[in-house]
Amino acid sequence: MTSSNPERSPGGSGNSPAIWAFASKTLAIAGAEGRKLGHDPTELLTRAVQPALWMLVFGEVFTRTHAIPTGDIPYRDFMAPGILAQSVLFIAIFYGIAVIWERDLGIVHKMLVSPTPRTALVLGKALSAGLRALSQAVIIYVLALVLGVGMNWSPLALAGVLCVVLLGAAFFSTFSLIIACIVRTRERFMGVGQLLTMPLFFASNAIYPLSVMPRWLRVVAHFNPLSYQVDALRRLMLAPTGSGAAGPGAVAEFGLPTDFAVLVLALVGVLIVGARLYPRIVR
Amino acid sequence: MNVLATSSLTRRFGAKVAVDAVSIAVEAGESFALLGSNGAGKTTLIKMLTTLLPPTSGSASVAGFDVVRQSAKVRRAIGYVPQAISADGTLTGAENLRLFARLYDVPRRAQAATVQAALTFMGLQEVGDRLVNMYSGGMVRRLEIAQAMLHRPQVLFLDEPTTGLDPIARTTVWEHVSRLRSEAGMTVFFTTHLMEEADRWCTRLAIMNAGRVVITGTPIDLKQSLGIAAASLNDVFTRYAGTTIQNGERYGDILQSRAVARRLG
Repeated sequence: MTSSNPERSPGGSGNSPAIWAFASKTLAIAGAEGRKLGHDPTELLTRAVQPALWMLVFGEVFTRTHAIPTGDIPYRDFMAPGILAQSVLFIAIFYGIAVIWERDLGIVHKMLVSPTPRTALVLGKALSAGLRALSQAVIIYVLALVLGVGMNWSPLALAGVLCVVLLGAAFFSTFSLIIACIVRTRERFMGVGQLLTMPLFFASNAIYPLSVMPRWLRVVAHFNPLSYQVDALRRLMLAPTGSGAAGPGAVAEFGLPTDFAVLVLALVGVLIVGARLYPRIVR
Repeated sequence: MNVLATSSLTRRFGAKVAVDAVSIAVEAGESFALLGSNGAGKTTLIKMLTTLLPPTSGSASVAGFDVVRQSAKVRRAIGYVPQAISADGTLTGAENLRLFARLYDVPRRAQAATVQAALTFMGLQEVGDRLVNMYSGGMVRRLEIAQAMLHRPQVLFLDEPTTGLDPIARTTVWEHVSRLRSEAGMTVFFTTHLMEEADRWCTRLAIMNAGRVVITGTPIDLKQSLGIAAASLNDVFTRYAGTTIQNGERYGDILQSRAVARRLG
């Protein structure tokens, strides 16, 4: 691995402009993943259990105790976006396992030998994780409806939630791909994955606001992309409470432009690193 | 005309020299076999030729392009079937093909016809809509070859294409590959550790041992070079590699080929 990596992403040099080829190939990869889910959706059903437990057990208990200050919205409303972000994280962070599995199967080899820009391969996989994550959004919305959480049903807000879920899943799955490219074996990956998940979750504003954290944790949470994902979801998912400036804005902390900027930049960053490391996993 | 040529191509992994100064040339239209035991460096060599692995030193060109400096152009000109089972079992055969038609820039309007033609050519038209998990080993291999030829590559690389297949499936796979070669004029470059396979399906072969190519020639020439009546390729291998083909196998390789065989059922 001493020789430098000379392969710059080669855009499609065919008749169609490179950007179209790039988009088409990215979508082809994500589309194939969508078809897999269509053939066997069991995975989506089993994945529904965990968020349901958090919402129905943890959420209900903490809503009763009023232990966590969440302004004038009930705790269950406060945590619903946090649990969605958590489910997205849990789906995405173990995506590296699939990468290692596909490497062992030779699928990665064949993808890399095709004239597909490396970034398109990585982004296609990232969007696939996003597809799975969207199913979690559906589950959270159903649970929220059952529990009577005040949701914002405006189409614009829903479109925003869709974007944030895709962005968050794409970021964490690509982060996971990078780890997979570094550790290379399933066993080591499982260890690292376990090691990362809980700290990422607890060092975020998913189930308690930044304001109750000790100072050091608050600092850590500011460097955690999950916090920005949760923040954006909280603003977009919850219904305005009507009492003027209060409402979801009162418990959200960074503001949507910051949230989106951080998530997009973080994604671009991991995509660049991921596209460089991905070809190394077959060496 | 050479469609593939290497010059002192070398790859080291730490202190181990996996491919040691290999210089070979393959002409357009040939079926070239790389014969050697597991661990001889065949897969490492094929990975360098298919742009998956950068060489430590030396150079290689495929279809007229340098594998390092013009890797993107090389990728457009080649098809590759890796040693492991690379078709996606959770998709149907047709879906596997459609994905690669898009990755290989087959024009949108031609995609459906291309996929159908590839299925038919490989004798898979009946099972195109079935999940690949349901395929037999030979069918999976034929599907993978179909995937690798959708864009009409100049060179088709097959890394141990018949490992784990029963003799009948093996023959079927090879019959399809030779039809591909004669009808589409493709050059085939394959690795194998089966003597009879090389003997029957290649036009020329190179014997590889411990990272080096020890001899190159047509099967007939190599057998005659021994000067014994009725010499087999096995004799040729033992003479030039200085060992029988089984001796070079490493434990890990054996496990890997068993795993492949198991998956092929």
